[in-house]
Amino acid sequence: MNAIVINILIVGGISFFSAIILYWVSQKFSVRENPKIKKIESLLPNVNCGGCGKAGCRDFAQSCVKADKETFAKLYCTVGGQTVMEKIGRELGFEVAEHEALVAVLRCNGTCENAPSKFEYVGLKSCRMAARITTSQSECPTGCVRFGDCVKACKFGALKLSKETGMPVVDTDKCIGCGACVRICPKQLFELRPRGKNNERVYVACRNTQKGAEARKNCKVACIACQKCAKICNEIKIENNLSYIPSSVDAQKYGKQLADACPTGAIHYTGKKEG
Amino acid sequence: MKKYTFPLGGIHINKHKRSSGLAIIPAGLPETVYIPIRQHIGSPAKILVKKGDKVKVGTLLADADGVVSADIHSSVSGEVIKIDDIIDDSGYPSTMIVIKVEGDDYEPSIDRSPDIIRDIKDDKETIIKKIQASGIVGMGGAGFPTPIKVTLPKGKKAEYLILNGIECEAYLTADDRLMVEKAEEIIIGAKILNKALGIQNAIIAIDENKPEAIKVLSELTRRYVGVNVRVCKSKYPQGAEKQLIKAITGREVPSRGLPIDVGCVVQNVGTAYAVYEAVQKNKPLFERVVTVSGDDAVDNPANYLVRVGTPASFLIKRSCSDTSRIGKIIFGGAMMGTAAVNSDAPITKLTSGVLLLNDLDAQKPQETACIRCGKCVEACPMGLRPFAIASAIKNNDDLNELRRLHTLDCIECGSCAYTCPAKIPLLDYCKLGKIELRKQK
Amino acid sequence: MLKISTAPHLNSPLSTRGIMGHVIIAMLPLAFMSIAYFGISALEVIITSVAGCVLFEYLISRYLMKVPNSTRDLSAVVTGLLLAFNLPAGMPIWMTLVGCLIAIGVAKMAFGGIGKNLFNPALVGRVFLFISFPVQMTHWIKPDLFHFMNLDAQTAATPLGILKHMDALSTASQHHLPQYWEMFVGYTGGSLGEVSTAAILLGFIYMLWKKIIGWEIPVYYIGTFLIFIGIHWLLTGETRYEPMTHILSGGLMLGAVFMATDYTTSPMTRRGRIIFAIGCGFLTYIIRIYSVYPEGVSFAILIMNAFVPIIDMTCIPRVFGSKERK
Repeated sequence: MNAIVINILIVGGISFFSAIILYWVSQKFSVRENPKIKKIESLLPNVNCGGCGKAGCRDFAQSCVKADKETFAKLYCTVGGQTVMEKIGRELGFEVAEHEALVAVLRCNGTCENAPSKFEYVGLKSCRMAARITTSQSECPTGCVRFGDCVKACKFGALKLSKETGMPVVDTDKCIGCGACVRICPKQLFELRPRGKNNERVYVACRNTQKGAEARKNCKVACIACQKCAKICNEIKIENNLSYIPSSVDAQKYGKQLADACPTGAIHYTGKKEG
Repeated sequence: MKKYTFPLGGIHINKHKRSSGLAIIPAGLPETVYIPIRQHIGSPAKILVKKGDKVKVGTLLADADGVVSADIHSSVSGEVIKIDDIIDDSGYPSTMIVIKVEGDDYEPSIDRSPDIIRDIKDDKETIIKKIQASGIVGMGGAGFPTPIKVTLPKGKKAEYLILNGIECEAYLTADDRLMVEKAEEIIIGAKILNKALGIQNAIIAIDENKPEAIKVLSELTRRYVGVNVRVCKSKYPQGAEKQLIKAITGREVPSRGLPIDVGCVVQNVGTAYAVYEAVQKNKPLFERVVTVSGDDAVDNPANYLVRVGTPASFLIKRSCSDTSRIGKIIFGGAMMGTAAVNSDAPITKLTSGVLLLNDLDAQKPQETACIRCGKCVEACPMGLRPFAIASAIKNNDDLNELRRLHTLDCIECGSCAYTCPAKIPLLDYCKLGKIELRKQK
Repeated sequence: MLKISTAPHLNSPLSTRGIMGHVIIAMLPLAFMSIAYFGISALEVIITSVAGCVLFEYLISRYLMKVPNSTRDLSAVVTGLLLAFNLPAGMPIWMTLVGCLIAIGVAKMAFGGIGKNLFNPALVGRVFLFISFPVQMTHWIKPDLFHFMNLDAQTAATPLGILKHMDALSTASQHHLPQYWEMFVGYTGGSLGEVSTAAILLGFIYMLWKKIIGWEIPVYYIGTFLIFIGIHWLLTGETRYEPMTHILSGGLMLGAVFMATDYTTSPMTRRGRIIFAIGCGFLTYIIRIYSVYPEGVSFAILIMNAFVPIIDMTCIPRVFGSKERK
C-alpha cells in the first residue's frame, strides 16, 4: 500500500512540475498576433490552394488584416467565393466588390484520336519534363502532353485524365478556379474564364501558332486562322495564325454560331445542356 | 604519373568507346543542308541572306544579335532555297536557312593549305575579333559563345587556361580523335587563347583511357613552353567544368558561380582547334567532328568530319544498314544528350555525337521502390542527395525542401539516375525541381 | 516509332533484383557450411524460412496491401535466408513460420514494404522468436561434419554461452572451449549462420568484389568491438573476455557482414555508416559483457537501426562549392 502511495506521489510530482515548466515555456515563448488573423483564418476554407496568389490561407488572412480599403478589393478567395469574402468584409468592416466566378478551360483538343502520337515517350511521365525536351506526342509544339501534371496539381479533384481521349477533363462543378493547373501546365493551355451566364462559354480550344497546313498535319482540330469566326464577331482577334475569343464575347448570342462556323471544330461552346 | 581527379562522387561507366581507334573521315556533302540560326546559348543570329542568294563555303549567313549570340556561316556552296521554321531534333520548329548544295566553292579568304602556321601574329584584340567573326561557341555541348568567355569581366583575372580533352561520356570519341590527329593545332589554339587571356600557361586535361592522345600531346608539348598535359582518371563526370577545375587546381567554383571566379577558363579541345583555324587560317566554324556510334544498331561506327547543317539521317545511312533497328537517336552523349524526335534534324556546332540505340536499350527500365542504398548520394559529384530531391518532388513540389537541398546546384550529369538500382529517374526529378525553383524567381 | 526520353540514356546494369541476387550468392557458402555441419535439420530450417518469407510477402502485398507483387526483387529470399541463419538447427517448423510472419509482416510490410522499414526484418523476426521461445531458440545442436541425418544429435553450448558462465579464475581448457581454427572453420555450436567464420568472410569478399557493400560497416563494427573488448581483457586478464573467441564465435561476423550492411536499415553516407558501425560495435560490447544474454549482436544492430534516421539527417555530404557544412 505504502509503495503505491509513494509511486503516485513521485509520478504525480514529476507531472506537476513538468506541467508548470510547460506552462511557463508556452507563456514565455508565445507569439502575440492580431486575433483577427485567427478569426479570418477560421472563415477560410483552409485548403491552401494558392488560388488567391498568396502562399496559403494563413498568409491570405494576414494580408486581409493588413489591407486597407483599396488593397482589400484586390484580395479574393477563389474557393470560398463571394460568401466567404462577405463574411471577411463584415469582420473587417470593408465593402466587398463583386467578383465573377471563374472556371478553368483547356485550350487544346489534341486527343489521342485528333492528334495521334508520332513518337513514344518512355521517360518519367511528367508533362513538365517531357515538354522540356520535346513537343507534345503529336509533334504539335503547343499541344497537350497528356501526362496529367495538372491532374496531380488540382487539389479539388476537378481534373481527370480521360481514358478515351488521353486528355484532362475539367469537371466544372468541382472547379473553383484556383489556377493551380494554369500555373503547372508547361504549355500554358489552361485559362481561367468567367463561368458565364447559365454556364455558357465559348473559346478556341487551340493555341497552335503554326501555319494552317502544318498545324493540321499534327492535329485534326487545330485552329487554322481561317478568319471565319472573326467575320461573325469583330471582337475576335486573329494573331500569329491563331484566333482568340475574349471572354467579353457574348456566348449566349454568338456561341453556337461560332462553333458551327469553325471548319476544324477548334471553337468550343458549352451550351445550356452541357453546363 | 600522377592522375588527377575530383574527390566527391562520380561513377564508372562501361566505356562503350567503339570508335576510339578510327580516324576522322569526311562525311561528304549532302544534297541540302539546314542551318539553324540559333546554335548557341543566347539570341538567334540576324539573317543576312534571302531566298535565291548564292553562297560559298564560309559565307556569313547570319550576324550575331547582341553580345550573347554568335555568327552563323554557310557550310556549303550553293543556293539558299528556303528560310523557314523547320522541325529540329527536339520537335519544336526553329528557323533554319536551307541551302541546296552546288559544288564545293570556298570563300577565297580561307587558307586551305595543309601547312601548320605556328607563328601567332595577331594581337589580343584581333584574336578576339577573329574568334567573334568565326562564330565560335563552346563545342563541348553548352554552346556558350567563346568571345564572351575569353573577354574577362572587369576585376577578374585568369590564372589557368584548361583545355578539356576529357570526353568522359560513353560512346563519344570525337575529341579523342581530334587530339590525336590535330594535336599541334590544338596546342597552337591554346597559345592563341593564352594570348587573348593575357596568361602564359595552358593545361590540357586528358583522361587515362586515351593513351594515344596522351602520348602524342605529351611529346608535342615539350616543344611548347607553358603548355602541359595533365592525365586525369577516367571517371564520369570528370569532364564537367567544375569537377575538372577541382581536379586540376584543387579550387572549388562557388555555388552558382563561374569558373572565372576562381581564376580558371575552361575550353573544349574542339574549341581550341576551331580557334586555331579561325585565327591562323581565317576559317569560320562550319564543320566539326561527330561520332556516330551505338551498340548493335550501328554496323560501322565512325568519326566523321561533318558540315554544320547536314541532316543526321545522312550520317545514319552511312553507319547503319538497317534503320528499322533504331529505337532511339541521341544527339550528344548517352549520359547528357537529348533524344531526337526527327532523324532529319541537322547537325549543329554543338553536336558531338549521334548515337543510335536499339529498341531494347531505348526503353527506360521500370521505376521501383527506393531501397535507400545511398548509391545516388555516393555518386553525386556535387554532394547533393538526389533521393531526397525526388521525394520532395513527389511530396507536391515542396519548394522549401528543394531549396534546402541545394537543388539548383545540380549539374545534370545523370550519375544518380545511372547508378540507381531501383531505376528511379532521379535526374528527371532533379530537373523538375530546378524547373519549379526557377519559376519562383 | 522513335522513342524519346530524358537523359541519361544509359543505366547501370545493377538492379535491386541483381543486388539481392549477389547477396544470396554471397550467403550460399554459409548455407552450405551450415547444412554440412548440422545436416538435414539445417536444410529444413532454411527451406522453411525462405519459403515462409516469400509466401508471406506475396500474400500480404497481393491481398492486404493490394500493391504489385514485390517478391520478384528477391528481397524476401534474402530476409528468409538471414532469418534462417539466426535460428538454431532443428527449430520447429511452425515457430520458424511465426518468425517469418513477424519479419515480413510486422517489420517490413507494415512499414510499407521494401525500402521503408526502419528495422532489419530478419533481426526483428529473430528477436521475437528469441523472446517468445527462449528454450527452443537456445537448443544448440552439436555440429558434426557430414553427418547428415544428425538424428541422435547431441546438444552443445555455444562458446559465448560458455564464456558467459565462466567465473573469473577458470581457464579455457577447463570449459572445453573450441580452438580458434575450429571456430574459424566451423565446429562451433550456435545458430546456422554462426557456424563458420570462413564462409562469412568468403561472402564478404564476394560482395566487396561485386561492389554490393562497402568495407566500412563490417570493419568498423568488428574493429570497435575488438578495441573495447581488448581493453577490457587487458585490464582484467580474464579468459572470458578473450577477444578472439568473441569475434570468431557468436553472431558478430554474421551481423557485421550481412545484417548491419542491409541498405535500407543502414545510413546512406559513408560518414553515417562509420558512426552506425561504431555504435553497433560499442553496443555489442556492452550487451555481451554486462547483460544477462551471452549474445548482443541482434539487439545492438536493432538499437542502432533506430538511430539511422537521425544519422541520415546529420551526416550529409558537403555541397560542392558551398562553404557551410550544412
